[in-house]
This record gives sequence, structure tokens and C-alpha cells, in this order.
Amino acid sequence: MSDLSLENEQATIAVRRRFRGFDAIVLTLVMLALWQAIGSWTQGVAISPPLLTLVYLFGLLRTWMFWDHAAATLEAFCLAFVLSALIGLALGLIFGVRRFAGEVAEPVLAGFYTIPKVTLYPVVLLLFGLGMSAKVAFGVMHGLVPVTLFALGAVRNLPPVLVRTARVLRLSPGRTMRWVLLPACLPDIVNGLRISFSLSLLGVLIGEMFSSQRGLGFLLVNGMAQNNVPLSTAIVTVIVTIAIAANTLMLRAGRRFARRPDATAG
Amino acid sequence: MSEQAQVRAQAQAQVQLSEVVRRYGGASGLQALGPVNLEIRSGEFFSIVGPSGCGKSTLLDVAAGLVAPTSGSVRFEGKELHGEVPDGIGIVFQEDSSMPWLSVRDNVAFGLRTSGLPKKEVADRVDHAIDFMGLAQFAGHYPAQLSGGMRQRVCIARTLVLRPRLILLDEPFGALDQQTRLLMGDELLRLWRESGATVLLITHALDEAAMLSDRVGVMSARPGRFIDMVATEWPRDRDSRIVSDPKFGALTARLWSSLREESLKTMGRAA
Amino acid sequence: MRRHAALIVRSAILAFLIALLEFCCRTGLVDSLTVIPPSEMIVSMVDQIGSGELNASIATTFSTILIAFLLAVVLGTMVGALIHRWTRLRDVADPLLASYYSVPTFIFYPLLVALLGLGKAPLVVLGILSAAPAVVIATLSGLDGVAPVLMKLSRVHRLSRAQTLWWIVLPAALPHLFTGFKLALSYALIGVIAGEFILSGTGLGYAISFAYQSFDNRTMYGAMLFVLLVAVTANGILYVWEGRLARRRSRG
Repeated sequence: MSDLSLENEQATIAVRRRFRGFDAIVLTLVMLALWQAIGSWTQGVAISPPLLTLVYLFGLLRTWMFWDHAAATLEAFCLAFVLSALIGLALGLIFGVRRFAGEVAEPVLAGFYTIPKVTLYPVVLLLFGLGMSAKVAFGVMHGLVPVTLFALGAVRNLPPVLVRTARVLRLSPGRTMRWVLLPACLPDIVNGLRISFSLSLLGVLIGEMFSSQRGLGFLLVNGMAQNNVPLSTAIVTVIVTIAIAANTLMLRAGRRFARRPDATAG
Repeated sequence: MSEQAQVRAQAQAQVQLSEVVRRYGGASGLQALGPVNLEIRSGEFFSIVGPSGCGKSTLLDVAAGLVAPTSGSVRFEGKELHGEVPDGIGIVFQEDSSMPWLSVRDNVAFGLRTSGLPKKEVADRVDHAIDFMGLAQFAGHYPAQLSGGMRQRVCIARTLVLRPRLILLDEPFGALDQQTRLLMGDELLRLWRESGATVLLITHALDEAAMLSDRVGVMSARPGRFIDMVATEWPRDRDSRIVSDPKFGALTARLWSSLREESLKTMGRAA
Repeated sequence: MRRHAALIVRSAILAFLIALLEFCCRTGLVDSLTVIPPSEMIVSMVDQIGSGELNASIATTFSTILIAFLLAVVLGTMVGALIHRWTRLRDVADPLLASYYSVPTFIFYPLLVALLGLGKAPLVVLGILSAAPAVVIATLSGLDGVAPVLMKLSRVHRLSRAQTLWWIVLPAALPHLFTGFKLALSYALIGVIAGEFILSGTGLGYAISFAYQSFDNRTMYGAMLFVLLVAVTANGILYVWEGRLARRRSRG
């Protein structure tokens, strides 16, 4: 029975693949049409239509002002993401290895996830003042927890047989970590980093929307305040594109790591 | 007249498969089964053995009405089936089909929800089935708290309350260890005798088929067809101790000699 | 047992940290223009609730969250069920859902305000945009997880479509669905309060923002504490229910 259903499955997968490309194009067209519809229906008061936005965007990309703001966001984001990743990995690994500490910490971390962190922004501002460090703090506030939780989970879910195998092979702790544990944890960690990426970006952007004079978030809010709808729409488009592109790349990377042959098998 | 001959004389064919063929993926698709001709008499205990992938489960699906044959006809008690399960058939599946969100009692009572029977009758039947299958002290437990064998017993009890005239079992004891299997075989025989139902058992264990059945059908490799039909002529009140009967060894040997080549074919294909 | 031990240690650590903060604030190590002592936060919160000055905000915010949550759950379940039925639709939707939460939904909020005005509507929409996809994903996951043998069972017992849905599909999918609802509440709450905070005239989020901008730390921290407690409690309750639901159905 098993090879029967397998052959059946392969046939349907081929059919589905043919449709998928077509459907993706249809979907893109539908979304563009919807965008156009909302844009023209509101007469450009809320969103500007796709073509107009695109034209404006190209113009925008040639201004020094845009890149100045983009650089501010990029700088804050990179710092926030790197900090989240490093601290998160360290904490996650510690909490994963030290089971009891992990059990104590996990509900607190998970609970932190469910809090509207925006409400803590004033505290951050009071502590860090207005400026880059506040933005980075926002980013880390959002991006730290996913990395920690995923790293914690990855270590905790390691099959014990892997550690036993490493001991049978008489590997040093360093090698055990590098050749066995890290590769085994990699898919989950990449997932955590992927989510952290989006959330750090979110944190930095909201920070900019709330309390900054520089950055893409600021441009967005500023655009709304000055009724410069094409500007706001263009910024949103840029952010959405970057977010989706980064996410897709990291998804693929994660899948490739998951499919790699086990380090211990080699 | 021997007991068996008497039964044969009185019984009519309850299940009839004529030239049944089952294909997947349309008229030119993969042929899983057939052509199969089979008649099972009312009250008979019939087993089917065959190499893996030969279409045994498909045969059960067709006989039950879960799946319509691509060609040929299926009749249950004289009426033709067209892809719908008729009243009077109970099935115990290979996978655990107990519902994890219901207690044992509620699981067993499940089949009677749509029966329209009064509450007392339902409760009586449920209690009787639970006692019969030896689950009385677990009636309030949930499937997650029970072993695999007990969960299958819950599924069997659930089938029983419907008083089916035909009981189909698809490798119900596959996941159990040998000792439990032998004991469950005894349970099945007891069930068969007391309910008077017809039993169609699919199994890959030759000894199980040889010890439990009135007749055993041996299927070929895919597409499955019957290549041998063995009558055991066991008395009705048998149990697992029949393994000490010299005929048992001969039966098992005969089943294997028919089956061995088909199994090798299947393995060759898989390798 | 370990779970209890962890609970005790956790509570002890949290209590210690709060006490530490209290100490630092009282002794001036942390100046009161930045953070006020936790005890004062609690007093402020109780005062505000007691005097009823927060009542209007609470009513606004909670009603917005509730509406967003309910709509997200209903829409999300329906959309999820639809997508599950049609494989072609699912092939299109899967990559969208996978990327959805990578986009900071919040950036659409100014657009929503421009579109719908300053009031409940953009907040509700923001809440739905934040919460509904989680419900869709959870519904898909739940429906996927219904063991095929149970669907065969429904045919053996000759159940109608409605009966199959109500007696088999729904109970089987419930744990996943419930996780989706829990996430939906969490996201709706976060979305709505974030929206109120940045761009609104009413609600708890606005109350905090306004207090901040008025240099009224006391009011701000009081309201903040209230919001945090509500968030933690609501999610905590759902988390416990979720655990109870899962435990009954799994081994051990």
C-alpha cells in the first residue's frame, strides 16, 4: 500500500507545481489591483496607488535624505539584531543546558512575549534618553526573547543519544559542541533568528515612529503628519519588501540546514 | 452431519465480491486489487493473508463500502454497495481510532449517538460491551492512559454496541506483542461465538489466521488476487490452545508455501 | 516536584528584584524622575482604578480588544477552514502565511487612521490584522492533525457532514485551535494598546502616552502596571487551560 500512495502523491505534486506559478502571478495581480482600487477610491488620501508610489519611490531613492534616514534605521537595527542574537544565544544555551534555570526562566520569557512592550517605551526613554541607544534598546527588547526561547528549546530537545554518541567517540567538550550539538540545534536557532530579525526591525521602527527625528519609522509618521501620502506609502513598501525578502531568505537557509546530513553520521 | 457442513448448508452468502477490481488514479491508473471473487457465508470466520502492499486493506475497504470498486460488484446481504457503508457492518481499523477526548465509556457509546435508542438501552448496551471486553475498571479513563491493546479493545467494544452482523478487522493486533495477540485472538473468538456475527479478519500473521478462522484466503502480490483458499474445519468452540493440534502445523505450512513466492516477489519489487 | 520548585524559585527571584528596585528608588540610587518605587506604582494604580478616572479608558480599550479578538477568531477559523478544503488555495496561501508575521503590521496603522479616521475602527482593524493570521495558521494545523482513521470512522458510523464536523473534527482539532485563540488574544491586545499608545485619543495606551508626555510619572506607571497585570493574567489563564487540555489527551 505504501508505494502506491507514494506514486499517487508524486503525480499530484507535479500537477500542483504547474498551478503554483500561475496562481502566484494571479495573486500578485489581484493584490496590485486591490491596492490600486483602495488608492483611487480614497483619492490618494490614505494610500497612493501602486504606479504613483513606484515612481515616487524611484525619485526618493535618488535623494540623499532618504539614504540618511535609511542608514539611521539600518545602524540601529544591526546593533539591535546582533545584540539580540548574541545575548539571546548565550542565555538560551545556558538555560537549555541548565535545566532547572531554564524551567524557572521560561515562563517569564514567554510571559514577556505577551506584554504590549510599547507600554514600556517611556521607561526605556527615561533610562536611555532620546536617541540611538533608546532605539537599539527597543529593538533588543523585541528581538531578544525569540532567540532565547528557540535556543533554549533547541538545546532541550536534543536527543540524548547524540550526547551519548559523542561520549562514545570520546570527543572533547569543545568538539562535542562544534560537531554535534551546534549542527543539531541549528535549524531551531535559525528559526529563532529569523523571528528575531522581524521583531528587532519592528522594535526599531516603532521606536522611530514614537520618538525620533531620524529613520524610516520617523519618515513614515512624518509623511502622515505632512499629508505626504506617496511618501508614507513608499516607505511602507520598502519596509514590507525588505521584511519579506529577509524572511524568505532565512526560511530557505533554515530548511537547508535542516536537510543537511547529520554531523555525527559522517 | 458435521457442525461445519450443517452451517454451510443453512448459510447464505452474506458478502459477495464479483470480479472486483480497484484502480487508483483513473481507468489507466495503478491497479491495487483484483480481479477478486469472494463469497463469505453468514456466521463464518474468514481471514485474509498476503504479502504487504497486496491490497488486503483495499479489499476490506471495498467489502465495507468505504470505497467503490473501479469495476465489478460488491454485495452485502444481497444489496449492492456503491461507496457507502450499509447498516450492520462494524470495522476495527489498524490504526488506533479511539477518540482521545472521550472517556472509554463515551467512546464505546459513540456509535449509538445517532441510533435514536432510549438512554437506558444505550447505557445497558455500553455496559455490556465494556464488561465483555474486560474494560469495566477503566470505564472512566481516557485512551491516553491505556495501553495499545486496551485501546484496541475500546474500539472493538465500540463496534460491538451496534450489534453488527459483519465485523471487519484490519490487522487489529499488529502493534501488540505476541502474548497479547494470542490472548486477543481468544477474545475475538469468544466475541464471534457470542455475537453470531460474521468476521472478516485481515492479518499478516499466518499462525493467527490458521488458528482463528474457518477459512483462510491467500492473496497474491499486487494486484492482489486469491491464489489459495484453505478450509480449516476447526470446531466452533476453539481457542488459542489449538496450536497443539497437529493439523495446525500443516495448515500454517500450507499457507506459507502458497505465500512465500508472493512475498519474495514483493520484496524483489521493493528492493 | 520540580514544577513547584521552579515556581517557588521564580517567585522568589521576582520578589527579590522588585524589592531591589524598591530599595534603589527609595534610597535615591535611581532617581524618581525616571522610575518610581514599585510600592508607589501599586498605590497609583489602585488609586486610579478606585477613583474611576481610568474607567473610561478601560472600557474603551477592553471593548476594542474584545471586538478585534472575536472577529479575528471567527474570520480566522472560517478562512482557515476554507484554505484547508481547497489545496490550490492553500498552495497560494502557505507562503503568504509563512511571511506574514515577518512584516511589522504596525506600519500600516497610520494608513489605517488616514483611511478610517481616529477612533475605534483603525484599532479594531489593526487588532484583527495582528491576530487573525495566527488563528488561520492554528486552524490549518488543527485540521491537518485530525487522524485520517477518524474520518473513516465517521463514514463507518454514517455520520452526516454536520455531525462529522461537530463530533469528530472539532474535538480532534481543539488543542491547536485553542492555541490559536490564545495567540489571537495576545496579539489583539498588543496591537490595540500599541495603536492607542502611538496614535489615538482614548484608551489605556493613550492614557500612558499622555501621562508620559505630561511628565506625570506617577499616573503613567500606575496605568502601565495595570496594563501589564491584565496582559499577564489573561494570557496566564489561557495558558493554564491550554495545558490542561493537552495533558488529558497525551500520555502521562
